[in-house]
Amino acid sequence: MIVAARIFFVGGLTSFRANWYWLTPWIYIPTMLIAPLFQILLFAYIGKSAGLESNEFYLIGNALQYASIPCLFAMAQMIGGERFQNTLSAILVSPAPRIPLFFGRSLPVILNGAFVAGFSLAVGALILGVRFPAGSIAPLALVVLIAALSCTGLGLVNAALSLRIRENAVLSNVIFGFLLIFTGANVPLDALPGWMSTLAQGLPFTHAIEAARQLAAGASLGDVADLLGAEVLVGAIYGVFGYLLLRWFEVLGRKHASLERS
Amino acid sequence: MKTIRFVAVSWLLQFKMIMRSPFDGIGNVLYPLFFATTAFFVFRAGDSPRTLIYASLGAAVMGMWSSVSTSAGSAMQRERWWGTLELLVVAPRHFVLVLLPSTLGLASVGIYNLVATLLWGRFAFGIDLTIEHPFLFALAVVVTVLSFAGLGLLFAVSFVRFRAAWVLGNFFEYPVWLIGGFLVPLALLPAWVHPISWVLAPTWGMSAIRGAALGGHPLRDALVCLGLGAAYVAVAVLVSQRVLRAARERGTLSLT
Repeated sequence: MIVAARIFFVGGLTSFRANWYWLTPWIYIPTMLIAPLFQILLFAYIGKSAGLESNEFYLIGNALQYASIPCLFAMAQMIGGERFQNTLSAILVSPAPRIPLFFGRSLPVILNGAFVAGFSLAVGALILGVRFPAGSIAPLALVVLIAALSCTGLGLVNAALSLRIRENAVLSNVIFGFLLIFTGANVPLDALPGWMSTLAQGLPFTHAIEAARQLAAGASLGDVADLLGAEVLVGAIYGVFGYLLLRWFEVLGRKHASLERS
Repeated sequence: MKTIRFVAVSWLLQFKMIMRSPFDGIGNVLYPLFFATTAFFVFRAGDSPRTLIYASLGAAVMGMWSSVSTSAGSAMQRERWWGTLELLVVAPRHFVLVLLPSTLGLASVGIYNLVATLLWGRFAFGIDLTIEHPFLFALAVVVTVLSFAGLGLLFAVSFVRFRAAWVLGNFFEYPVWLIGGFLVPLALLPAWVHPISWVLAPTWGMSAIRGAALGGHPLRDALVCLGLGAAYVAVAVLVSQRVLRAARERGTLSLT
């Protein structure tokens, strides 16, 4: 139990620091803190230009959806970074239990994703002059954390695919693009074709964004509990699926000697 | 003549390399399509008099800019990683002339982006685009590509002192999308943003392309776009001389 906890917490933190050693403030600030603000502004103005929805709508949608950048890329880097540093085989050959090994690497990613989304939401609100009810701040923080958790579940699937796909940066961008369109971040779900809004129910962010919008409109945490439950469930399903996929691709990687293929 | 041949051959080489790069050749083409699709849905659901054709042209030029901004900033940096920067610097040709085909190649991929976005709009959203002045449209596209290559070149030589040059290239994607008049008319933006937009060639390129397609007067905008592109190249020449001299003096040319 202690070993598993050590692998989960210490291993996860060490891995995050090792794979993101190059993420200096010179890189972190433009990509994680300033870029989402421009994404928020871009869509807020596109919305104005098109005569659709309010600043608050685009602020919440894009601030939350941007958490996908740290969550998807960091989880893909969990495999790609280790491969680049020639440490992937050493990790996968170790007898360490896989659940704390993989999920421990997710914890710093979730916290970082939540920080990026929370920062974007707060600073974006100041720039666009959006005010949230005082009572909604703490529930909104919880929604942000749940959204990051849910997307990190999808990130685990992305990490597993990185065992088989070399270009994980391209793959991460593609998933980011799908989330941009499908989750209701910028287009109300009822304005999407039926099959798209149905598919959106199974994606991270869809329920969290809706919950955040309801909270900002004055709903209580209890009012959005079902949406948050759905968001956690979506993230958990992706997380379990991602874990199983990782195990399967690990076996395939050993069988075909393709773990270090880069 | 020799110079034109040199640029043409180098451009072809760079273009082939870009098209075989999963990130530049596939990722940079796919990525703006997601934004274009989102914009199409937003404009379709909105109640603005601005039409989907307006959005289609704007999204198409957004794609053109993406292919340049993301990768041009690190064009010089890439040569450094490959270990070819020193060879290029000591080549008998002016260094800017050596680097220009690289950003020109990236800007040329923008034409593919433009066509892909317009076709995507046509077949997925039924946006029927009729070009009012086909010749002027083609001219506006070529001028825009050239000016984008000039701006990309300026990025490439300006960012070389930054180890994370690629970040700065990425960083300029959203702001130019926002203030270049692609999907948001400049009139909607604060007045202090307008002068910044006017010194950006993408603003004029967008205006020229839209004018040619929808029946405006694109020539003036195309000329301003071309003029700005030439100015970027001139500034890039000056910057490259300073940067290269400093790098030689300090022995930092191969800094990674």
